Amino acid sequence: MVGLISIVILIPLAGAIALYIGQPKNARTVALIFNALSAFYAAMLWQKFDVTASGLQIVERHAWIPSIAAEYLVGVDGLSLLLVLLTSLVFPFAFSAQRLERGACALMLVMQAALYGTFTAQNFVLWFLFYEMTLVPAFLLIKIYGGENRDYAAVKFFVYTFLGSIAMLLAFLGIYLAKGTFDFAALAGLGKTGLLGGKLQWLAFAGIFLGLAVKVPLFPFHTWLPDAYQTAPTGVSMVLTGALSKMGVYGFIRLLVPLFPNEIKIAGPWLLALVICSIVLAPLAAWAQRDLKRMVAYLSISHLGYCLLGLFAITAGSTSSLIDMHAALSGVFLQIFNHGLTAAALFYFVGLLEQRRGLRGIDDFGGLMQRTPLLCGWMSVAMFSSLGLPGLNGFVGEFLIFKGSFATAASFTAIAVLGLLFTAVTFMRAMQALFSGPLAESCSGFSDIVRGEKFVIVPVTVLMFAIGISPQFLFNIFNATVVQMARLFA
Amino acid sequence: MNSWITTNVWLIPTAPIVASLLILAFGKAARRAAAAVAILGQIVALTISIFAFVPTLQTHGFRAIQNFTWFTFGEQTLRIGFVLDPLAAAMLLMITLVGLCIFVFSIGYMAEDKNFYRFFAYLSFFSGAMLGVVVANSLLLLFVFWDLVGLASFLLIGFWIERPSAAAAAKKAFITTRIGDMGFFLGILWLYHRSGTLLFYDGGRGCLEPIALSAIGSSVTLIALLIFCGAIGKSGQFPLHVWLPDAMEGPTPVSALIHAATMVAAGVFLVARVYPIFAVGAINGVTTSLTIVVWIGVITGLMAALIAVAQFDIKRILAYSTVSQLGLMMVSLGVGGVAAGIMHLLAHGFFKALLFLGAGSVIHGVHHEQDIRKMRGLRKLMPVTFATYAIGMMALSGVPFFFSGGWTKEEILHATSSWPRSHLPHYSILIGVILTALYMTRQIIYVFFGNRRAASEHAPESPSVMTLPLIVLAVCAVFFSIVLTPAWPWLESYLTGHAAHFEPRLLIQPMILVSLALVGAGVSIGIWIYRRADETDPLQHAQPALFRFLENKMWIDEIYDRTVIAFSKILARLSDWMDRHVWDGLVQDIGRIGQFFGRVTTSADERVINAGVDESTSGAQGLGRLMSRWHSGQIQTYLGAVALGMLALVLLYAWLG
Repeated sequence: MVGLISIVILIPLAGAIALYIGQPKNARTVALIFNALSAFYAAMLWQKFDVTASGLQIVERHAWIPSIAAEYLVGVDGLSLLLVLLTSLVFPFAFSAQRLERGACALMLVMQAALYGTFTAQNFVLWFLFYEMTLVPAFLLIKIYGGENRDYAAVKFFVYTFLGSIAMLLAFLGIYLAKGTFDFAALAGLGKTGLLGGKLQWLAFAGIFLGLAVKVPLFPFHTWLPDAYQTAPTGVSMVLTGALSKMGVYGFIRLLVPLFPNEIKIAGPWLLALVICSIVLAPLAAWAQRDLKRMVAYLSISHLGYCLLGLFAITAGSTSSLIDMHAALSGVFLQIFNHGLTAAALFYFVGLLEQRRGLRGIDDFGGLMQRTPLLCGWMSVAMFSSLGLPGLNGFVGEFLIFKGSFATAASFTAIAVLGLLFTAVTFMRAMQALFSGPLAESCSGFSDIVRGEKFVIVPVTVLMFAIGISPQFLFNIFNATVVQMARLFA
Repeated sequence: MNSWITTNVWLIPTAPIVASLLILAFGKAARRAAAAVAILGQIVALTISIFAFVPTLQTHGFRAIQNFTWFTFGEQTLRIGFVLDPLAAAMLLMITLVGLCIFVFSIGYMAEDKNFYRFFAYLSFFSGAMLGVVVANSLLLLFVFWDLVGLASFLLIGFWIERPSAAAAAKKAFITTRIGDMGFFLGILWLYHRSGTLLFYDGGRGCLEPIALSAIGSSVTLIALLIFCGAIGKSGQFPLHVWLPDAMEGPTPVSALIHAATMVAAGVFLVARVYPIFAVGAINGVTTSLTIVVWIGVITGLMAALIAVAQFDIKRILAYSTVSQLGLMMVSLGVGGVAAGIMHLLAHGFFKALLFLGAGSVIHGVHHEQDIRKMRGLRKLMPVTFATYAIGMMALSGVPFFFSGGWTKEEILHATSSWPRSHLPHYSILIGVILTALYMTRQIIYVFFGNRRAASEHAPESPSVMTLPLIVLAVCAVFFSIVLTPAWPWLESYLTGHAAHFEPRLLIQPMILVSLALVGAGVSIGIWIYRRADETDPLQHAQPALFRFLENKMWIDEIYDRTVIAFSKILARLSDWMDRHVWDGLVQDIGRIGQFFGRVTTSADERVINAGVDESTSGAQGLGRLMSRWHSGQIQTYLGAVALGMLALVLLYAWLG
């Protein structure tokens, strides 16, 4: 009997195989059909999910390779479900951004399956398998379908993240040899007493930290990201930022913090300092970019920094009160979802501009408001969402993160607020350059949003407003998990 | 009715916002309908505001709150709510009434604009957001609407987006106010952390109520000052006032809205709303935070009044006058005259809207010329505009007895005179009164008197859709005095929750005579200086250096450009450079080390090991040829490999499981 989660994982794989064997003319349509199917099953998962219960649900467990304690163990809690839903949302969004070749579609579907696996696997071996499985298609997508400088960017991306992964793998092997288990829940239970002891413990911490910090990415391990995001095709950039970057944050929440609570406490101020660098320096660098995609990529680093700010603030400092724990964790979860939605939307809009102009430098446009008011209007919504305007999705998550962080890390939080300001400055500059002033000659032939694009933009924007105004439906997914994790981290 | 309104206060901001969304959705097709929907939304808001006003009249110190849960996170809830009290009710009436006048005026002023419908959508949104600020019963909800006000002002200042200067002004407004908002945001976080709630009033547990206030402890001063940062940004106080004069790039009705009913009023309102936080631990009504409010207000008031004397743009003069008046209100709040400050805010709302719309009427008449030196002599050509403008000017200057501004200024003078810390604010306001009368006289003389110039040769009086709002506002500016006089200080009593008594003997007070003398002095100096004004300002002749200093707005913009802005830009470049060369440089160096080792091993392989292995390679070549087919660069092949690998894993799983 194949369980619901396995079905969700297998559908995109089936889609990839179908694309490979069937060689259909319109690969994107086929991919979207499989997306719809997996989204349907993800929705069923949501429907079956008991929001009041804490802990793993809808668990499937099968023996796999008993000799190394590898199990096929998948299940969802609120966080996993949230990420499964986000993945189901980001992929069709990305597919609709541009017409991709058959091979690219198939690779994207493989990546989607791997992401579902990463977010639901509860045993390290299985998790790591899925985690690495995302890497190959991402590498190939950049290397084969990327733009200028793609070889360099792809190799850098691959080698950098792969090195991180190796460090993580070694750390986990060490833990396994000491404790004999790969089960996430069991490991988390052992975390407080120390998994290895002594220097080895720190080595393992460093290994896992490095692997995840590269993936998120956290300053200063982020330099692969602007190159990769810049050169990848629009749809791939959307997936990289919308879904793939969440694996790192997910790993921090699921692995690093539960497994090494003592180390986090000791290293806390340093970790927070790195996070602050991410939050403040990345939007500053974004301000200096001329390439729109690179600009959005840098802002993406900053926004993921908020997630880690909330997480480290409550686990690194002195003991937080319950309300701050809940606020920070809820904020982090919400921010994960919001960033996925908003950053993908920003890449989507940059893609629309690039399709029309053939270029995407910030100075290649001008006065668009006169020619394409709708495009400007919708794009502004995404920008305002990203800079945290109340009423849109970004604000709620950021407010809760800051609320939770302020109590234990007031000075770090105060500096982090600068990130909000620089983000605003960056977007204001972009808006001024793109939308205002006299219409640039090169833009005079632009078409405004067409019907097909509207079909994509309107639902995404409505979702942004819905989360901004009435976010309860998302909180319901993970409230029980937040309570449980707060207890675990306390 | 009373119970209905207390649970439906939220309808007041909702009506204009809904109107705005409707216009955005359908307005493009129907120009006329757009204006009608916007005005309808505003009328609905005004009507409900009147209903909301009624219960606050019936009970002294009336306060109705309606709190609800916004969302539950973890096991915690975040509650927000709406409040109706005299402060809110009075603001609601002023905003909706002034707003309505401005909306009607805009029909005429914007008649030619191709984005007519969008203008009305933004106006409605602006008004709705501001109404939301007023009725919010939670600092968080207030902040939400506060930022929406900021967004609306951004959209409206940059409404003529094809003008680079308008876009730059919009950006400047958004970013400058956001700098203040960052402080405000931190203040909110801190307050939330200390008091555990952001609700203002919550049956004794709200953050403005004694229990929570005493729980805040010693950080209260800093919290208050951080919140004040938000007010500094929004209300154009020094040092964040620089956006406000630039905001003149927007269409004139927008300036009227920003300077009278919305936006800048928000900052003063905020301080009044969270006044208990400022006043915690006050001795004789003095606290550290309030003292800082006073001094910021003093600096702002004097600086802006001085700059206003040396401006030539009709709207910029009014803009600096707004900055100066806002400083005055802050002083009043800071010395403890909360009611006086709010009264001046309300009165100012009427006459400043009147002045801006009057300026708009003038600009409309002289074909979008804004330099007062090029207007001259419009008195006869635009009689209605002139008459109403003169009323506005006298109200702003604070002419006592007949004009609302006179009474409220007298109240503020009264409040400052008894401030125990220092008398300097009091004297600075006295100087401010003279300066205000001076620059307004100068403006009136330049625009309406003297010989006509080219621009004013054929200036027609504006259509009635524009003059009617002027008349309404002029009437308000005059008759609003009735509730302000010390003989029957109805509004003050209403705001402070006491009953008003009628005592005619209080009508004549020494302070009134003082302000009468000062205004008289200001006006006469103005007439004397500018009686023969021509292309060059007489003051320019007399004091060229000083005049240049003031004309260039004390070079504050330039100083910011060369310091803060330049510094941030350098920081941004540096950040980018570090990224490319330091952080990424390290990564690349590590990569190079790897490559170096790779080369060393390769050459070792080739020279040492290879020689012996050469013999056995013929077999390997076959394998190599096979392998090279896999490295074909064909995506199908790669995909096949990926698919095969996956299949193998699935099989493995099926077999083992």
